[in-house]
Amino acid sequence: MSDVIFEGQPAGRSLWQDAWHRLSANKAAVVSLVILIVIALVSIFGPYFLPWRYDEIDWNHVEALPPNFALGHYLGTDTVGRDLLARTLMGGRVSLTVGLLATSVALIIGITVGSIAGFVGARVDQALMRFVDIMYVVPFTFLVIILMVMFGRNFVLMFIAIGAVEWLTMARIVRGQTLTLKHKEFIDAARASGGSTTNIILRHIIPNVLGVVIVYVTLTIPQVILFESFLSFLGLGVQEPMTSWGVLINEGAAELEINPRTLIVPAAFMTITLFCFNFLGDGLRDALDPNDR
Amino acid sequence: MSNTSKTPLLRVEGLKKYYPVRGGVFAAKVGDVRAVDDVSFTVAPGETLGLVGESGCGKSTLGRTIMRLEEPTAGHVYFEGNDIATANKSALFQLRREIQAVFQDPYSSLNPRMTIGEIVREPLVVHKVGSKAEQIEAVRALLETVGLTGEMLDRYPHEFSGGQRQRIGVARALALGPKLVIADEPVSALDVSVRSQILNLMVRLQRERNLAYIFISHDLSVVEHISDSIAIMYLGRIVEIGPAAEVFAKPAHPYTRVLMAAIPVADPDQRRTTEPLKGEPPSPVAPPPGCPFHPRCAYAIDACRAAVPPLEPVKAGAPNLELGREHLAACIRKHEI
Repeated sequence: MSDVIFEGQPAGRSLWQDAWHRLSANKAAVVSLVILIVIALVSIFGPYFLPWRYDEIDWNHVEALPPNFALGHYLGTDTVGRDLLARTLMGGRVSLTVGLLATSVALIIGITVGSIAGFVGARVDQALMRFVDIMYVVPFTFLVIILMVMFGRNFVLMFIAIGAVEWLTMARIVRGQTLTLKHKEFIDAARASGGSTTNIILRHIIPNVLGVVIVYVTLTIPQVILFESFLSFLGLGVQEPMTSWGVLINEGAAELEINPRTLIVPAAFMTITLFCFNFLGDGLRDALDPNDR
Repeated sequence: MSNTSKTPLLRVEGLKKYYPVRGGVFAAKVGDVRAVDDVSFTVAPGETLGLVGESGCGKSTLGRTIMRLEEPTAGHVYFEGNDIATANKSALFQLRREIQAVFQDPYSSLNPRMTIGEIVREPLVVHKVGSKAEQIEAVRALLETVGLTGEMLDRYPHEFSGGQRQRIGVARALALGPKLVIADEPVSALDVSVRSQILNLMVRLQRERNLAYIFISHDLSVVEHISDSIAIMYLGRIVEIGPAAEVFAKPAHPYTRVLMAAIPVADPDQRRTTEPLKGEPPSPVAPPPGCPFHPRCAYAIDACRAAVPPLEPVKAGAPNLELGREHLAACIRKHEI
């Protein structure tokens, strides 16, 4: 029988590769991605190459020093003589870590709850989603503040606390996506060949919701960074001498009239990061457009 | 194909699938949608049963209930003597190897994030058939059987046309070497030119592998060429069933006659002899009393409104006891009209 359709075609390209191809055509997204990687690398490795440590006070200059290359204060110092660049990079470490870890916590809980609720449906769905509804009602800022007051300022607690609120929306998004996927025929095909619920969720549901989820993740990370800054601004974030962008901006804001530099430097880092995440999220949304091609 | 007596591969007995309709206070049950209502038939090994009906008559639900993608409300589905309808989890898992499905929409039946190789291999992975290398080799062979090439293993569904996707769907259905394939409108989403290719492929595979098909379609002209027997469904019930040749030569149920008359003929000079069917099928929530077809039937008499007519042999005289070989119709006036 001669129903061979065609031969010798190039190797296939997955939807992920396709999406990557489209993303790399989006200049704003690519530039954002590069800037984000640079900021991340500089925050991670930068402090090792600076002459001053983030918590080290330059006792000869206990004042807000303007940028001074001879002394190694490339962006000057803060009011108590600590190197501003070292502190900003350290703050970047903390802010980005909080952003990534809290988002990962939200991602894992959200995907698990959302896909199970959506796929299993019926009572399980009702129970899980009503729980999500109840959690939404809890005034979260107050909850975090109470937790911080009860357990003291705790880095890990902060991840958990922020992650625990961000997963709610993630769960709703994943559930909605799962509901539309559930009635696709490839799910029926998987059931007809005997695939278990776990198998179907892991192999068929999650890979297909990931596109939408990734977009939401790039929008959640800046939200989390802002939330951490907000907590730090209230004095509930990380503890001195450890710092974060939120803490630095808080300190800088107090010095705004005398030393605007101490506000501008951390604020610039943070703003650029947030913008980049948003541009990248936009680019990913276009690249991962779920319309079947 | 063959007309010799065979023990049935699949025997469906009194299968029902009702969906509750909820409404009012606290979502109380207020009625049922009788999607499949007391359906019985048999399928012999290596033969094709064409299942025909209007949209919404429950033919897809029947297919899904047989595979237990939907839980049956009542009735039995015996596959080689094992009841699928009541099978426990592990028995059902084993039975799934024997019954596979080809779906209607080739654009939604393949997971867009998986390669063709992964898609076709999945049933083998789930059932742990052979080593990975053996599975890949099997997938390669399957793809070649359905007219694709082994090099396409690493490509993704969106790179294929509708017809090619449907071939992939067929390859997946064959992966576990089933004895019965339930094809739910496998060609209705396809271009007319591609349709016959897929049908020919399915017929060829049936011959090569002695497959039995339940071929669900709303298009009698498609079913005509490939079926050994035909079942006509209306509002969740089978109204006529019998060997394809007999049903086509002498349709006994008025509904079947209207369906036959609706098959388009490629001759503009030929005029329709039968009036087209008027109205919509009645609601399966509140089926009309008596014969469900009477409100639309040209031959309806008062007795039709009284009771649901049973499926009875069309030919008077010595009954052919072999179920599935016999021409049955559910109409009290089948001998008069």
